[in-house]
Amino acid sequence: MDATAAATASATKSGTERSAAAPDPILSVDRLVKRFDTREGLVTAVDGLSLTVAKGEFVGVIGPSGCGKSTLFNVIGGLIEADEGTVTVAGQPVNGPHPAIGMLFQDESTFPWRTVIDNVAFPLEIAHVPKAERHDRARHFVRLVGLDGFEKRYPAELSGGMRQRVSMARTLAAQPEIMLMDEPFAALDEQTRLLLGDKLLQIQQELRQTTLLITHSITEAVQLSDRILVMTYRPGKVKRMVTIELPRPRSSEIVSSDEFGHYVARIWSDLREEATKGLRDDEAHLLRGQHP
Amino acid sequence: MSSATAIARSPALPFVLGVGTLVVALAILELVVSLGLVNPFVMPMPTEVFAALPRLIVEEHAFQRFLLTATEALTAGLLVAIVGIAAGALLYRFVLLRQATETWVAAAASAPTVLLYPLFLVIFGRNSATIVAMGFVAGLAPIILKTLEGLCTTRSVLINVGRSFNLTPSQQFRKILFPAALPTIFVGLRIGLIFTMLNIVGVEFLINFGGLGQLINEMADRYDIPGTYAAILFVVLVSVLVFILIERLERWLRPE
Repeated sequence: MDATAAATASATKSGTERSAAAPDPILSVDRLVKRFDTREGLVTAVDGLSLTVAKGEFVGVIGPSGCGKSTLFNVIGGLIEADEGTVTVAGQPVNGPHPAIGMLFQDESTFPWRTVIDNVAFPLEIAHVPKAERHDRARHFVRLVGLDGFEKRYPAELSGGMRQRVSMARTLAAQPEIMLMDEPFAALDEQTRLLLGDKLLQIQQELRQTTLLITHSITEAVQLSDRILVMTYRPGKVKRMVTIELPRPRSSEIVSSDEFGHYVARIWSDLREEATKGLRDDEAHLLRGQHP
Repeated sequence: MSSATAIARSPALPFVLGVGTLVVALAILELVVSLGLVNPFVMPMPTEVFAALPRLIVEEHAFQRFLLTATEALTAGLLVAIVGIAAGALLYRFVLLRQATETWVAAAASAPTVLLYPLFLVIFGRNSATIVAMGFVAGLAPIILKTLEGLCTTRSVLINVGRSFNLTPSQQFRKILFPAALPTIFVGLRIGLIFTMLNIVGVEFLINFGGLGQLINEMADRYDIPGTYAAILFVVLVSVLVFILIERLERWLRPE
């Protein structure tokens, strides 16, 4: 079943459903719980969250600050362990970093001592691909993110948006089955973000790359996703799963359509309630003289 | 564009200005000494110092001494770099070891290790081994500390990139931690090698053995003040050589 059909199938049930199931999932997260020991005692960051992503599907995860989005990212990526629940890729449980999952981080993560081409070829170098071949393959991904001509440059010579594209190409070069992204455009300005969203859409449509995007930007989530998981404020649970039935191929021009505005408004009404809770919580912390 | 702005924008200007400042300073010194404002036994005239250079080269074998001191400096530098970086990496890897010894290493960095020379004389005898060992001991602590600092301050996102690509611990070190820490390690190398150089020349002077340090000692003993200063110029030459080498090495290891 293709991603659009999968999205339509789950759309009929969306809105009230608490679990977020895709048929024939490649990635599934089942009743995930993650707690952290803090000065104020045990804080539950993610509480019984379940989610599935079908092959080729683009799923956005959105929630207010402090809802456990990044915790979810780190647990699925195998960088931290869950307290309860499981993450499986094509039926295999994930314990630690999984070769089928590629991660793109929020913070700038290019290697400053490597040129663009050597950054992108990094996972191939680790896999002992001979130099000429790995450069050929890396060049393809450099082109894919639109950085041809910059192969020999160092990250310090590039803009923030270009560096994030280098990181994206590096993750793609490992040819992961699932691309996991944690607010990859958060540090960039709005215009660059929309244009990079275009680039990402184009790449996604070309590679049919299964993607899970963590974001706090509603427009970014609606522009890119087949489905959007809205999370509650702490502890992070599934508040709602929204299916985005905007036609594909999409571009940033879709931002001005009525339907787009409709989706944004709907997600915001869900998110607003949660974000308000988060804000009140932060203010209460400040009143008590603690950092949120 | 006027000729004045053309000169102001010339890339050669800082160099010309630097050399010019030195020449002016030497000329002032020359004037002050020749007017008798400073005792020539304390500070000889710069022209006398330069005039002493050929004598030092022909009669005192300054070049051979320069080579000996440079060899001692490079040997000690190489040893201290290898051992210092390896020790820093060990302290990074084993947290308990770090917690147990970091304060001691920091204390050792500011200790006047040159005073240990009698001990090394007893162990190695009056030869180059003592000099190299003294240089080694003096430079070790800052290199260990800076290596440790460089490794500890590697941005966690870079470490996570490595983890996400399933790097082995050895790959994680070689491909991410070490190159990320290199700029800080080189700061340590620069500080450490200054201490190494100081100790090498200082111990040559103290035990009256070896290259340029001994030459300074002999010149001073003979009250040959211009000769003493001329010998010091050769020491400056060794440090320039060492620092050019370090800079080349850094640019080769971490181009960006």
